[in-house]
Amino acid sequence: MSDASYNAQTKETEASLGDYFALLKPRVMSLVVFTAFVGMLAAPVSVHPVIGFASILFLAIGAGASGALNMWWDADIDGVMKRTATRPIPAGKVQPGEALYLGVALSGLSVMMLGLSANFLAAGLLAFTIFFYAVVYTMWLKRLTPQNIVIGGAAGAFPPLIGWVIATGSMSIEGWLMFALIFIWTPPHFWALALFMRSDYDDAGVPMLTVTHGRPSTRRHILAYTVVLFALAVGAGFTSIGGPVYLVAAVVLNTLFLKGAYDIWRRDEVVADADNYAVERKFFKLSILYLFLHFGAILAEALLRPWGLGGW
Amino acid sequence: MAIKAEHEIHQRRKGRNVGVGLMLGAFVVLVLALTFTKITSGDFELPRPNEVSQ
Repeated sequence: MSDASYNAQTKETEASLGDYFALLKPRVMSLVVFTAFVGMLAAPVSVHPVIGFASILFLAIGAGASGALNMWWDADIDGVMKRTATRPIPAGKVQPGEALYLGVALSGLSVMMLGLSANFLAAGLLAFTIFFYAVVYTMWLKRLTPQNIVIGGAAGAFPPLIGWVIATGSMSIEGWLMFALIFIWTPPHFWALALFMRSDYDDAGVPMLTVTHGRPSTRRHILAYTVVLFALAVGAGFTSIGGPVYLVAAVVLNTLFLKGAYDIWRRDEVVADADNYAVERKFFKLSILYLFLHFGAILAEALLRPWGLGGW
Repeated sequence: MAIKAEHEIHQRRKGRNVGVGLMLGAFVVLVLALTFTKITSGDFELPRPNEVSQ
């Protein structure tokens, strides 16, 4: 082997630290940190800042570990889809085996450390979340059923519940309501994406609802989930995590969201194609803001509480 | 004359090693801070001598 070939080969396979960090899906991790932080602060028990910081960090690492396992397993379809083709494994920067080892090692570390820093119920929930996302969703159901997004949404919904358990050591209806908020929000969020990222999932052979049941059915599903979400999100305003600030935010946001879903339902492909899926794109952007502001409002209620202003 | 390797790959490796080193250092500091917080909190109790001997 010549020097030139050695260098070229080594350069291609040598990853930087940033490439390993990208395996952990930093954008998903930031959502995990935010929602878990809100779940922890919304709980009626205060947490020492050092314990809270460490626990959320370990939770984020656990979420990142499941992301690395997901990228290891899905490297074949990631390379086919435009949205994911630049991920470290399909881009040739990280070897699949490295992602597997990193994912397994960080999973074990994060669960053990969360158990030691917070409690073992939180650690058990984190272990279940990693298992659910990496095995049940990624390996088993993602390529098998068009309800894959609904099932995968459960994994993303656990962080605020775990945040609540970090603080209280037990589960309660409020923790599960925050879980349900993300769980019901995820399908319309991803189905809107699937409507305007048209060829990606088709090319990869992932049985998205748009592929298996058609686009009109996907539009109906988006509207149905949004109606359920409206009732759930506004209803949560009357529990101990809610209050006037949350209720106003929930009514405004859910009305806008429902209007967006109604507009999507009314359209057909010809109309959508004519304006390059403007309504679907707008709905997708609103869905990101929707979740951020809902949890922001729960956080606001929790922060106002010591001054006697938050909650009912 | 000593061999001096000057290549972009070495810089990248150095960056990676420094990064891993800093993360391990931060992890040690965090575990120390956690331990200190736990043993100074009100509900921390040392095991009684007779419990230790059993």
